[in-house]
Amino acid sequence: MKSDKYLNDTRLIGKPQRKIEGLAKSTGRSVYTDDLTFPGMLHGKILRSPHAHARIVSIDTSRAAALEAVHGVITGGDMPVTDGIVPCTPDENPLCLDRVRYIGDGVAAVAAVDEDTALAALELIDVEYEELPAFFDPHDAADADGSTPYIHDPKKEGRNGNVTKVVHLEFGEVDEGLESADVVVEGDYFFEGTTHAPIEPHCAIGQWDGAGGLTVWSATQVPHYLHRELARVLGLEQARVRVLQPLVGGAFGGKSEPFDLEFCVAKLAMVTGRPVKILYTREEVFYAHRGRHPFHMRYRTGADRHGRLTSVDAKILLDGGAYASFGLVTTYYSGQLLCAPYAMPAYRFDSTRVYTNKPACGPKRGHGSVQPRFAFEVQIDKLAERVGLDPIEFRRRNFIGSNTRTVNELRVTSNGFLECLESVERASEWSRKFRQLPFGRGVGVAGSTYISGTNYPIYPNEMPQSAVQMQIDRSGRVAVFSGASEIGQGCDSVVAYIAAEELGVPLEWVRVLRGDTDFTPVDLGAYSSRVTFMLGNAAIDAATKLRKLVQKAVGQAWDVPPGEVLLAGGQALWAPDTSRQMPIAEAFNLAEAAFGTLGATGWYNTPKDVHGEYRGGTIGASPAYSFTAHVAEVEVDVETGVVEVQKIWVAHDCGRALNPVLVEGQMEGSAYMGFGEALMEEHVVKDADHGRAGLHNAPSLLDYRIPTSLDTPALESLIVESIDPEGPYGAKEAGEGPLHPSIPAIANAIHDAIGVRMDRLPFSAPHVWRAVEAAREAGSLSKPAAPSSAPARRARPAAAEAVSAD
Amino acid sequence: METTREIVRLRVNGDLREAGIPPHFTLLETLRYGLGLTGSKQGCDKGDCGACTVIVDGQPTLACITPAWEAEGREVVTVEGLATPDGPHPLQDEFDLNGAAQCGFCTPGILCSAAALLERDPEPDREAIREALSGNLCRCTGYAKIYDAVEAAARRLQAQVGT
Ligand code: FES
Ligand code: FES
Repeated sequence: MKSDKYLNDTRLIGKPQRKIEGLAKSTGRSVYTDDLTFPGMLHGKILRSPHAHARIVSIDTSRAAALEAVHGVITGGDMPVTDGIVPCTPDENPLCLDRVRYIGDGVAAVAAVDEDTALAALELIDVEYEELPAFFDPHDAADADGSTPYIHDPKKEGRNGNVTKVVHLEFGEVDEGLESADVVVEGDYFFEGTTHAPIEPHCAIGQWDGAGGLTVWSATQVPHYLHRELARVLGLEQARVRVLQPLVGGAFGGKSEPFDLEFCVAKLAMVTGRPVKILYTREEVFYAHRGRHPFHMRYRTGADRHGRLTSVDAKILLDGGAYASFGLVTTYYSGQLLCAPYAMPAYRFDSTRVYTNKPACGPKRGHGSVQPRFAFEVQIDKLAERVGLDPIEFRRRNFIGSNTRTVNELRVTSNGFLECLESVERASEWSRKFRQLPFGRGVGVAGSTYISGTNYPIYPNEMPQSAVQMQIDRSGRVAVFSGASEIGQGCDSVVAYIAAEELGVPLEWVRVLRGDTDFTPVDLGAYSSRVTFMLGNAAIDAATKLRKLVQKAVGQAWDVPPGEVLLAGGQALWAPDTSRQMPIAEAFNLAEAAFGTLGATGWYNTPKDVHGEYRGGTIGASPAYSFTAHVAEVEVDVETGVVEVQKIWVAHDCGRALNPVLVEGQMEGSAYMGFGEALMEEHVVKDADHGRAGLHNAPSLLDYRIPTSLDTPALESLIVESIDPEGPYGAKEAGEGPLHPSIPAIANAIHDAIGVRMDRLPFSAPHVWRAVEAAREAGSLSKPAAPSSAPARRARPAAAEAVSAD
Repeated sequence: METTREIVRLRVNGDLREAGIPPHFTLLETLRYGLGLTGSKQGCDKGDCGACTVIVDGQPTLACITPAWEAEGREVVTVEGLATPDGPHPLQDEFDLNGAAQCGFCTPGILCSAAALLERDPEPDREAIREALSGNLCRCTGYAKIYDAVEAAARRLQAQVGT
């Protein structure tokens, strides 16, 4: 047989595969944190603040501590070290020291023999509060003058302590670009906050060995950062702290920083000498939040009459909630990630994040860039309409291209955005539908880009971002030690596919030992869509080192050059004549005899020359960017305001689909989540006009409405492969990018259906109905006019000159 | 002092089991913390998410809002009881093959809803599947791969009946 054909047949990469833990998950064997129990384990509970903003005058825990079967009670003073995921903005404590900043802030914790006793003990803790005026509206927080206490003390005298971060960045001649534009569109947009709502609530277990050794099991996305923070806050040696990460039941960014329960189980285990578990109630998950920030956005966008962008100007107010969380990064991301897939000659953004007395916001899938993408893609739709262009054609004309730099100097390599546009255009039968469906029905398009991992770690260091250790043994088995965080996205399987591919063993022979900071090399965590790209490259690095040893040993035995030895399909083969074979285990034995016990580490670090030389220029930098385009088709009932999304076509450039089933799963899950944010989800905290200010409006999975099977539209995934030069086998991310366009595509489809612009989220029936009524009064409730020029297919820059603006 | 316990007797996955539980325990707590059957998941503990779904006398049932005592004398099947010594239930295998379980936390409940559906309607169309799973929230998949898996399993079960 020809070796090419053999290799094609035996290749795993690019073909549908099972996940290595797939059957364990579907048979109930897989273990999540709350599935663990230990002998003598105690149950912990956290007492939470009933006030949105108050000083803690005193806490008396004596009655709780005296209760039978209560083994430990702790308060803020037991862990007085300030923490925070971003090392330069620490502003919280595991339990509050002297001030509470939102309803739900933790003030004390207990451990008892069972949950009932722990709950009874909470009732016996006496806390005296002195209430303070609270801020719920970010505009009020931004305007505060210090006449009432700021939410956090200002870092410098005279500053507004409610402001977390201000970013002002300007590239090119923004004002000139707007002045010289033929068309300028201005718009105000509001993105309501949303939350992750993973089906698994946060859970953690602490165990103390009585001699300086701490073990914590946690449903976290960031075991490494948790490891560091536990050691720092509890004053332990890092080398004596071990974090284990059982399987995680969904996260989406909601488990990507340390939470109070992890510190509390650790401290309570240290105090009681017994294992302690805390499982959040669903209500606590909602209050813990760290979800998508509400954004108030104002955009001015200019284009020339040919439909080329001339300038973009943005002003954004981010409502951050009570703590900084990842807010520094969010504030940068609110502007930095907008500069592709369209070329813009000039761009300015002015973003301010403020504290409010509400659950803290943080990163949710598409961190910081989903909100501006919504506003911007609607702006583009408005511009296209003004210059009389089909919105797909408008986007095509502004395509930034591959192997280029954005206006904010981020390096873009592979870029399959045009193919994405084309494939949704074709699959949705766009040209037959746009502006041509009957009144009430419409289609909309939107595009986006996202990072394949952030180029820089949370704490500055030069070490690898991801690493694996790989061992092969005499049975043919490959053991991979991986520190990456499996949260459902499939990263454990990805390393297994790579090990099997490179070393030629059947997938079932690969074991992945994971989720244990004692035994796996550091991977920074499951965030910023970094894992496939970075872990994949690390795995290829390790496997290649081992493969070379095996090739060399077999080459020696056969007396052929090592480069002619292939490892595939459970065999070592001679490329010129594949009938010459040896079972792979035998090949491994030869290698072990020649070189000793076989193991290798592999790692990946990001290229450091891919960003601009300005303050903040590294934020948004990534080794590669994914690209996405969606078309949504909707039907709007103008009598009720109900929007039904019938279908979303999702085309995504993931570089290369290592396993197309998993990539489609990410695309569908992302589009679903964006759909939910577009139509249903609202993470709202009550203000004084709507009840008790500071209370969560809907802290349950019934009242915070996430889409059920009946709500979710049909989803069609269209994979585009641009084969990235630096990605593993060409792969880029697929987990976050495909969320972004759902929301603006639906907004633009609503406009196509009834001529009404939805500039605030969500597009729930009451909001849409009000917008419809306003349009009715203004006489603008009708199908918008079709573009003046027929959409030019595949227009090249020269052809653009022929299109007139009027 | 630890909460007082009482004995509850349940037939679970064919076995008659006894557990000492506080009288207010739900079926879910009894399965998970009383009997060590941790396959059934708790997502909300108040009947909103479906992660705790088990099959009681053929009916998909939210174990987190079912008092343990109510299940006495009935046939309870959990995700651990779907497989046979010959291998996983076709639904379980198809969930794996189709990538229908991402994080897998909703999966046990969805499998129980789907298994109960296929018992009463061996050839459901997509609408029937959507309807049957409407009480099970999945936050990862967008449901598309779940439908594919249920349809594939139904075909396999039908083919088995045919032979
Ligand atoms: S845990 Fe039972 S419905 Fe959510
Ligand atoms: S697979 Fe994660 S919730 Fe369904």
